[in-house]
Amino acid sequence: MSEEPILAVEGLTIDIPLAQGTLHAVRGIDFELNRGETLCIVGESGSGKSLTSLAVMGLLPKRLECAARKLAFRGTELQGQPASAMRQLRGNRMAMIFQEPMTSLNPAYTIGDQLAEALLLHRRVSKAEARARAVELLGKVGITAAESRLSQYPHQLSGGLRQRVMIAMALMCEPELVIADEPTTALDVTIQAQILRLLVDLQREMNMAMILVTHDLGVVARVADKVAVMYAGEVVEQGTAKEIFEHPSHPYTQGLLRCIPVPGRTKPGEHLGSIPGIVPSLIGKVEGCAFRTRCDLAESACAKPVPIHRTQGGHAWRCIHSDTERVPA
Amino acid sequence: MSAAGSSPPVLELAGVTKTYRVKQGLFSRPKPLQAVGGVDLRIRKKDVLGLVGESGCGKSTLAKILLGLEAPTSGRVMVDGIEAAGQDRTLLARRIQPIFQDPYSSLNPRKSIEDIIALPLVVHKVGDSAGRAQAVSKMLDLVGLPQRVRRGYPNQLSGGQRQRVAIARALVMKPEIVICDEPTSALDVSVQSQILNLLGDLREELSLTYLFISHNLAVVEHLATRVAVMYLGRIVEEAPAADLFAEPRHPYTKALLASVLTPDPSMSVPDTHLGASYPNPIAPPSGCHFHPRCAAVRDICKTVPPPHVSDTKGHVDCHLYAERTQAA
Repeated sequence: MSEEPILAVEGLTIDIPLAQGTLHAVRGIDFELNRGETLCIVGESGSGKSLTSLAVMGLLPKRLECAARKLAFRGTELQGQPASAMRQLRGNRMAMIFQEPMTSLNPAYTIGDQLAEALLLHRRVSKAEARARAVELLGKVGITAAESRLSQYPHQLSGGLRQRVMIAMALMCEPELVIADEPTTALDVTIQAQILRLLVDLQREMNMAMILVTHDLGVVARVADKVAVMYAGEVVEQGTAKEIFEHPSHPYTQGLLRCIPVPGRTKPGEHLGSIPGIVPSLIGKVEGCAFRTRCDLAESACAKPVPIHRTQGGHAWRCIHSDTERVPA
Repeated sequence: MSAAGSSPPVLELAGVTKTYRVKQGLFSRPKPLQAVGGVDLRIRKKDVLGLVGESGCGKSTLAKILLGLEAPTSGRVMVDGIEAAGQDRTLLARRIQPIFQDPYSSLNPRKSIEDIIALPLVVHKVGDSAGRAQAVSKMLDLVGLPQRVRRGYPNQLSGGQRQRVAIARALVMKPEIVICDEPTSALDVSVQSQILNLLGDLREELSLTYLFISHNLAVVEHLATRVAVMYLGRIVEEAPAADLFAEPRHPYTKALLASVLTPDPSMSVPDTHLGASYPNPIAPPSGCHFHPRCAAVRDICKTVPPPHVSDTKGHVDCHLYAERTQAA
């Protein structure tokens, strides 16, 4: 408990200045991540989950305004750090795996060059040592004949192999924090299972902290220790995977879980649950619960600031309805 | 499903193959790539045939052949017992309509919603402008869009609304068969459920038949009445959905089902044992195409193509089941 968290985020806000006004894309979110833990950030498009991960990596476009009470990596505040210090961290102590392995690998360089780059940049190693490490990691991510792959270009590899290369690249310097943004969304189900399994195994082996950004509730349930459900720029519910799936407490989380067909629970052909309406505009001042326009339980009180309920186990949700109204999905 | 044996198929494929010739280098001769290799399928009225398989297995090529966008290299496609080849494509298009994956790229951004939905009527010269306007109103009601969107443009709509427009456009000609190629995979979870509900309702209301292509097996299990599993251009197993999900037979089907991630926090990520990656379709493995990845591989699988084992429920192409029937 006393150990310092790998990542501590408090009151993170991200604003996008637009001609029509300011879009409040992320509106004050808090989370903490310890060594060896996996946090899944789940939400639909536009909920701010990808921006949050980019903010942690310090990769937000400059025109966006990002602020936080605290954005600390191993106790060091990241805000206000010079760009050179962030570059020292990125790819070294913290690494990112993106969704599209085709667009995030450079088509003009070989796999070997791209893998070795991170190590040559951050460690005092020879080219031969970097190559050896690249071969070792390619082997670790399940690529056969790793030696011969080094001279290949990204286009010569299949989607699944490319994503393995991306993972190997992220792990070259043994980072303490890995952020994976929809790492398996572009892949086939069979490959998805393999890649996720690989990520989970490597994360355990290296005792890394991992943030997995996804919209796939199946992935979340299988991989997460902790889950943060985002809606319209806020974390509306946070807790252990067990709490979130067995006792979803925010109406949005409950709604999401009713939307997906689950073999054995939903009857084939029957109507699935749905969440009526659309996500509200986040341009200008946003007050009260952003979900109230789509919520069955909405009352006039929802337009006012919403309290956060917390249980002892760390399960928290942002809703005017308290513990007594918890309904298992 | 009770009428499974009696009603004639609305759509029948017999020995359909499609071979492309692909060049791998500037000076190399083009090599044959068999995208679809001898597919037999029968889809009965009001059936929802779920077609599943990994990318590159030929699902979309098969859809293109059914839509008349590609001609099969050999084999026959029959709609209501009439051979599709040689018929005018517009006649085929009246009966079979597609819904594509990405509602952002499948709608013309420069046309109003009304024009998009009415376009099939214009192409097929159905009705006058008043009649078309009325048809558009009806379709908007049917797919649950407000009438006011008709003068709007695709960029003013959300992803779910766009997919509703695509569905309205597909249904305005009153087709019998709708080819849904990953219709919900570009949509958010909450929107996906709305579109799936809509597709289910429309099937009941209009007695539609669907070919539902998807890689999301939970969605297929929810919507499909029958499921065909495709691997490297061939249908390796076909059965009623309930049977296939309860008791998958082909080792590939088993591996596919094992890789489905149900939202159960007490389980971890499964090991599918599908070690090797998807084979190169230009040089498919000998014998059974699946043997390099198969958990139950035997010597015979490496050299001899699998037999076609069919029974009352469906079929499976696998050596394992041939032996069992011989032994029995």
